[in-house]
Amino acid sequence: MRQVELEVLRYNPETDREPHFQRYAVDCQEEWVVLDALNHVKETLDPTLSYRWSCHMAVCGSCGMMVNGEPKLACKAFLRDYPGVIRVEPLRHFPVERDLVTVIDDFVAKLARVKPYLIPKDKAPEAAEFRQTPAQLKRYKQFTLCINCMLCYAACPEYGLIPKYLGPAAIALAHRWNRDSRDGGRDARQEELAATEGAWECSFVGACSEVCPEHVDPAGAIQQVKIESTVDWYQAHLMPWTKK
Amino acid sequence: METHSADVAIIGAGGAGLRAAIALAQSAPSLRIALISKVYPMRSHTCAAEGGAAGVIKPDDSLEHHFNDTVGGGDWLSDQDAVDYFIREAPTELLQLEHWGCPWSREADGSVAVRPFGGMKKQRTWFAADKSGFHILHTLFQTSLQFPSIQRFDEFYATDLLVEDGRCVGLTAIEMRSGQMRWFDARAVIIAGGGAGRMFPFTTNGAIKTGDGMALAYRAGVPLKDMEFVQYHPTGLPSTGTLLTEACRGEGGVLLNKNGRRFLQDYGMGPETPLGKPVLKTMELGPRDRVSQAFWHEQRKGNAIATRWGDAMLLDMRHLGEKTINERLPLVRDMSISYMGVDPVTDPVPVRPVVHYMMGGIHTDINAATSLPGLYAAGECACVSINGANRLGSNSLTELLVFGRRAAVSALEYLQQGGRPAGGAALAEAAQARVRELVQRTGGTESVAGLRKEMMQAMEEHAGIYRSGEGLAAACAKLGELRQRYRRIELHDKTNVYNTDLLQALELGSMLDCAEAVVQSAAARKESRGAHQRLDFPGRDDRQFLRHSLAAYAGEGPPRVSYRDVVITRSPPGVRDYSGGHE
Repeated sequence: MRQVELEVLRYNPETDREPHFQRYAVDCQEEWVVLDALNHVKETLDPTLSYRWSCHMAVCGSCGMMVNGEPKLACKAFLRDYPGVIRVEPLRHFPVERDLVTVIDDFVAKLARVKPYLIPKDKAPEAAEFRQTPAQLKRYKQFTLCINCMLCYAACPEYGLIPKYLGPAAIALAHRWNRDSRDGGRDARQEELAATEGAWECSFVGACSEVCPEHVDPAGAIQQVKIESTVDWYQAHLMPWTKK
Repeated sequence: METHSADVAIIGAGGAGLRAAIALAQSAPSLRIALISKVYPMRSHTCAAEGGAAGVIKPDDSLEHHFNDTVGGGDWLSDQDAVDYFIREAPTELLQLEHWGCPWSREADGSVAVRPFGGMKKQRTWFAADKSGFHILHTLFQTSLQFPSIQRFDEFYATDLLVEDGRCVGLTAIEMRSGQMRWFDARAVIIAGGGAGRMFPFTTNGAIKTGDGMALAYRAGVPLKDMEFVQYHPTGLPSTGTLLTEACRGEGGVLLNKNGRRFLQDYGMGPETPLGKPVLKTMELGPRDRVSQAFWHEQRKGNAIATRWGDAMLLDMRHLGEKTINERLPLVRDMSISYMGVDPVTDPVPVRPVVHYMMGGIHTDINAATSLPGLYAAGECACVSINGANRLGSNSLTELLVFGRRAAVSALEYLQQGGRPAGGAALAEAAQARVRELVQRTGGTESVAGLRKEMMQAMEEHAGIYRSGEGLAAACAKLGELRQRYRRIELHDKTNVYNTDLLQALELGSMLDCAEAVVQSAAARKESRGAHQRLDFPGRDDRQFLRHSLAAYAGEGPPRVSYRDVVITRSPPGVRDYSGGHE
């Protein structure tokens, strides 16, 4: 048992002129995560606190928030890693809807724009699967693991400066489909990916990959997209006869 | 009130809701589809399913095997015509997902890999490592983005179905962002709202699994079927209730008591099988109800190990080796380390049974239709029933797909049959007034958190793995009392924007309705079958209870429980044999 001081950003657009911090002293079990502490506040101290959560196993992606200034899933931020006061804020770079709840319309719209679905290269076989070897699966599997938690957007300095930037998760997901042996839709996605606000906006800080709770490595995906786009450019302009 | 008109409104955007939406969009591009969910689609609890989805694909398997496993696993309470439809459609649906790009795990030759699962005679569980539900959900969600006719209403909480002249004509929902009520004027409605595991304090279910879809249908006059059958998954982490998939045992993990004995052999699931060589349909690959019940008995004998979070058994996966664990069970390893501080590569993991799945739900027929014209249901919130008294692991992900699509086809047929009476405005106004009264109420004496805790305690104490008439009577009285007291709750938060105090109050209302249906149905079923075990009626009683229970909403009073015959086509009730052919 440990008493934890939580400092939580509160903002209700109906009643607050601007955001402010509220402190809660919470009796916590040693093995708790920040989400457990918030739930304890909600149940016993302050039913007006709003935040999103569901699975408590780092797979639904709901509970992304800033914990002591770093983007974290609250269900995987262990109290034992935070000895002092714990400051909890909504994810950086997103408008605040209320308290720890952010507006994520921007990401949701960008995800749709990159066409994150199979655009089949060949007609699907009758009553059978496309063959895909374990090696072919491995080429894109890592990029399928994105849970859309948006910690990478909160960590990305470029997204903070240029909100039109497509951003790490959307690019990584587009790349996931491009690398799938069943897919032939790269050209259709390229317009978004190779645009100024696409992969080229990234200055390769790599913060996205550092904070990713699923080890997707969006920074790696973005660099691969850049290389492939460069190859495209050379093929189109210097060696047009090689273009398919 | 702002109004949205749709041809079909779908409540819930998890696996079943998305599958239905895509089926509708593909079959008639001009249809206006409203996909309404209290969370963004990718937050739906389908994402937490780990092990896989069952469908016959390999040459050594047959539909008949899948049929027999499912019917026997369900202790003969499944409707056999529905099971037949389900197993026939299963491979087609799983292949469809493959054609949409689902990253299924593969064999060396590039074909889809399958793994063993509890209660299944053959290997037929398609999987994507141990994040199968996650990949199914994201594949469906991302695929749905190519259909402009699917209009999403993310973070809209459905409060009421609108029923006029005996037909479902739409619904009302609160837009969380504004707190405003919206009227969805819809020609047909599909409910795909998921389960209700949050009635219990210790569950694998996420916070959102509060039985809202079930309660919507129930209050609109559609009975809830077989609600007494609540599945305990044998292997949850004692600290958080986090699920460790059955695939741990499918890959060869074993269950030990405190003496290191593989105790399942003492409960009709033996003899012991060689370590690391799992044999299908016996020992650790027995069905969930039997394995969870065996733990209960071991606990009573004093053979459990004590942990800070209560009694547990041990799930030993060490002999699988680090490579297999990393390849096949990466999430299991990650969660065991994170939430229990135990690495399955080096140590056995303490686990205990945990509430996981509702076999019961909205009474539908084989076409996913309810008794209310214009209303359909699919997924965990529905009860067709294919799962009977005990669902086999990996049948539910397939069920989402098969019956999600079926609900769409049925809704489409209903639309093609013609119109519907206009209206619903007055009903929508009444729904809005009801919620407004709840928000503005003053002088209430009850709190959401307080009532929720009492409900959970009653369910844990009296509606668990083993039940008694006495305990269930106490639970029925308690739930009746909570139903009364619920009318006197007062919210602390009376503002509009993303008001989770209001959301939780409405969710509690849903759970109380579901919980009362569970305990009343359980009290009335005086036999033991599948996941419903009565200490005072230990045997299965086919003469009286080879029937589905139907709990009908009765407003001020407890639900009325009636019965309906099970559809038996070719498999008469028999003995469930998990001895590996030794009995």
